[in-house]
Amino acid sequence: MENMAEAAVKELRSTVSSGKTKSYEWRISQLKAILKIVTHHENEIIEALRSDLNKPEHEAFIHEIFSVASSCKLALKELRRWMKPQKVKTGMLTFPSSGEIVPEPLGVVLVISTWNYPFLIAVDPVIGAIAAGNAVVLKPSEVAPATSALLSKLLGEYLDTSAVKVIEGAVRETTELLAQKWDKIMYTGNGRVARIVLAAAAKHLTPVILELGGKCPAVVDANINLKVTARRIISGKWGCNNGQTCISPDYILTTKEYAPKVVDALAAELEKFYGKDPLGSNDLSRIVNIHHFDRLEKLMDDEKVSGKIVHGGQRDKTNLKIAPTILLDVEEDSLIMNEEIFGPLLPIVTVNKIEDSFGAINAKGKPLAAYLFTNDKTLKEEFVRSVSAGAIAINETALHFMEVGLPFGGVGESGMGSYHGKFSFDAFSHKKAVLRRGFGGEVSARYPPYAPWKLQLLKALVKGNIIEILRALLGW
Amino acid sequence: LTLDPLIGAISAGNTVVIKPSELAPACSSLLSSTIPLYLDNKAVKIVEGGSDIAQELLQQQWDKIFFTGSPRVGRIVMSAAAKHLTPVTLELGGKCPVILDSYSGSDLKSAVKRIAGGKWGPCAGQACIGIDYLLVQQKLAPVLIESLKRCIKRFYGDNVQNLQSICRIVNKNHFDRICNLLEEPGVAASIIYGGSLDRENLMIEPTILLDPPLDAQIMTEEIFGPLLPIITLDKIEESIDFINARPKPLAIYAFTNDKKLKDRILQETSSGSVTFNDTIIQFICDALPFGGVGQSGFGRYHGKYSFDTFSHEKGVLHRSFFPELEPRYPPWNDFKLEFIRLAYNFDYVGLLLHLLGLRRLFIPNRAR
Repeated sequence: MENMAEAAVKELRSTVSSGKTKSYEWRISQLKAILKIVTHHENEIIEALRSDLNKPEHEAFIHEIFSVASSCKLALKELRRWMKPQKVKTGMLTFPSSGEIVPEPLGVVLVISTWNYPFLIAVDPVIGAIAAGNAVVLKPSEVAPATSALLSKLLGEYLDTSAVKVIEGAVRETTELLAQKWDKIMYTGNGRVARIVLAAAAKHLTPVILELGGKCPAVVDANINLKVTARRIISGKWGCNNGQTCISPDYILTTKEYAPKVVDALAAELEKFYGKDPLGSNDLSRIVNIHHFDRLEKLMDDEKVSGKIVHGGQRDKTNLKIAPTILLDVEEDSLIMNEEIFGPLLPIVTVNKIEDSFGAINAKGKPLAAYLFTNDKTLKEEFVRSVSAGAIAINETALHFMEVGLPFGGVGESGMGSYHGKFSFDAFSHKKAVLRRGFGGEVSARYPPYAPWKLQLLKALVKGNIIEILRALLGW
Repeated sequence: LTLDPLIGAISAGNTVVIKPSELAPACSSLLSSTIPLYLDNKAVKIVEGGSDIAQELLQQQWDKIFFTGSPRVGRIVMSAAAKHLTPVTLELGGKCPVILDSYSGSDLKSAVKRIAGGKWGPCAGQACIGIDYLLVQQKLAPVLIESLKRCIKRFYGDNVQNLQSICRIVNKNHFDRICNLLEEPGVAASIIYGGSLDRENLMIEPTILLDPPLDAQIMTEEIFGPLLPIITLDKIEESIDFINARPKPLAIYAFTNDKKLKDRILQETSSGSVTFNDTIIQFICDALPFGGVGQSGFGRYHGKYSFDTFSHEKGVLHRSFFPELEPRYPPWNDFKLEFIRLAYNFDYVGLLLHLLGLRRLFIPNRAR
């Protein structure tokens, strides 16, 4: 008996075989439809995000609605250029010939989204998949049910359902989907489930993109504009879904000497942003559910760190709220320093010299992003050179996400593959190599029966040495 | 296939462990004894051995695994990599078809040379990009077959005990595997040239089959040997559907001057690569990425693609502390939100009016 996933894939494969999704017109029509969704249903999207995460309208607009609209507009503008074959210069060895690289769709792809940016992380990859000419199944996160339902309704209304399907559900539905054969899978989430996705993909030799997370460090040097630094850290941490973001600064590294100043600057700006009672502020997302609330409480109440809280610590279990909390001088072996926090707790780790922070970062798994606040050019260069991370931002946090010229993706534990802008188109394309030849320029030395003179000529041709080629031809 | 990826890995600045194939023991041993004499032993290591050694190696945590081989083992490699979230490049194989349109005279002769060279030239057909089978219009088949027979005789001779300029089959296992392909009902009957075997020397004569049963193993599995099935079609355009009904191959070869057919092949089929009017040679063109799609693998290398395959492309954003955009920060209010909307839509006039507090005169409040 065919299950829901099988039936969906079967229908999508048939659509892809018909060639419909390959046409430029079809791709444009679908991208325009997504843009319509974002333009005409902005309020519903904001409401759904409020319901799922208590996400402030400001964040909902910039991070989700604007980001999706912007991604769509870029694809609409650039698609023709992206679809064009890229001519390459073929060399002497295949002379005379011409070569090109032709992008083509992979076929039927699966996008598994997550709960913290439930609209963006669902639709942005779908934009890339459609731009590249694929049919796509989207599995939104069940942990953000209002957005999941809204996606199902809106994509079902506006997009071509014979090629773009939304399948809602939880573990059972995801497992059914993962058992199918896909031409590509994109998963955003955590390392544990990523391993399950990759193992399922291995059975069908399906390539995957994994957008995971990690402990993104922010190194704060001295002699900088500390007020702006504090504001940017706060913006990237608590201003991004209250720390529940893969690229939020997870922890800070600074010198023992400078740490008190950093704490003071953060505390001062936090009060300006969220008031004296941050639990009452409407500008902070809540914690997504009780499971994550309990997880974060456990990190805060861990006896190794509970005494190190220097700011915040307030919590409201009924409303799933935790205030912005800063911890100072936490120990390396505490729980909070050994798993991705994904919440509004910010530990500060102190080092003797700022350069020591690089080694501390490299001792952990490679994060999705690493941040450095400094005016020291040498320090910047050393940081970029020696710290391996998905991406690096200097004097900023999280904002690199909006730069479409940069690939967005992880390395090591933080993931594989990348997307955004043209990288999304590339991620869901196969770049087919094409070599065109004619019958001129035949080199009989290629063919058997092999003889020493043939080998000599071929060696000379490969070297490109005219004298040797002549010698070989003349038999000298 | 051992050294080329090594070059890519080293140029990208990695340390490398190589596990050469145990099926080619002399090469494996040569690599093992020579590489340490020339390369930095602390960074490049060779580990020889069979599948048990491979299994041990696969248990380790690598930052990348590059595998060339069969889809079956490709699955094993990828499953092992999954445990550590290790990205992989899989260079696999497939049934690479050659489509032959209507050529005659010297063009046909050249095409036939390239086809023969692309079938039996690379390792007696034991190559991932070697031609697997040929598609031709039925009425052109007789002329093609005659030309091919003459070419084979000239290139390789016609006595299986005394074949020239051709590799042997790598080992008895593969020899038996290929022989088994010929023994299926209907397949042996379709042999029209060759078919002689020399088990002692592991030689198989270049063999042509005409229209073997399509459900026989020889047409459902990668042959990886010197047997060339010729499949005849009513019209050459049917080759597109024929190829699409099968897993995506590593390469498609098409001998044609018909622009429409070329475009259709490019647009309507999918493969690692497509080469027009030649075979195999795309391998030595470093400007072209070399890799598969679907069952023929994923990832690519050669030239700069080798460097990229073993690299992480790290995005870096540099900012200065000035200027600062106030509306970015909480506490948020309608003014800041409207500012952001206008700024992101590049509505400069609106932005100016907004800052001057005059915008409300022109545009009604947004409905909440």
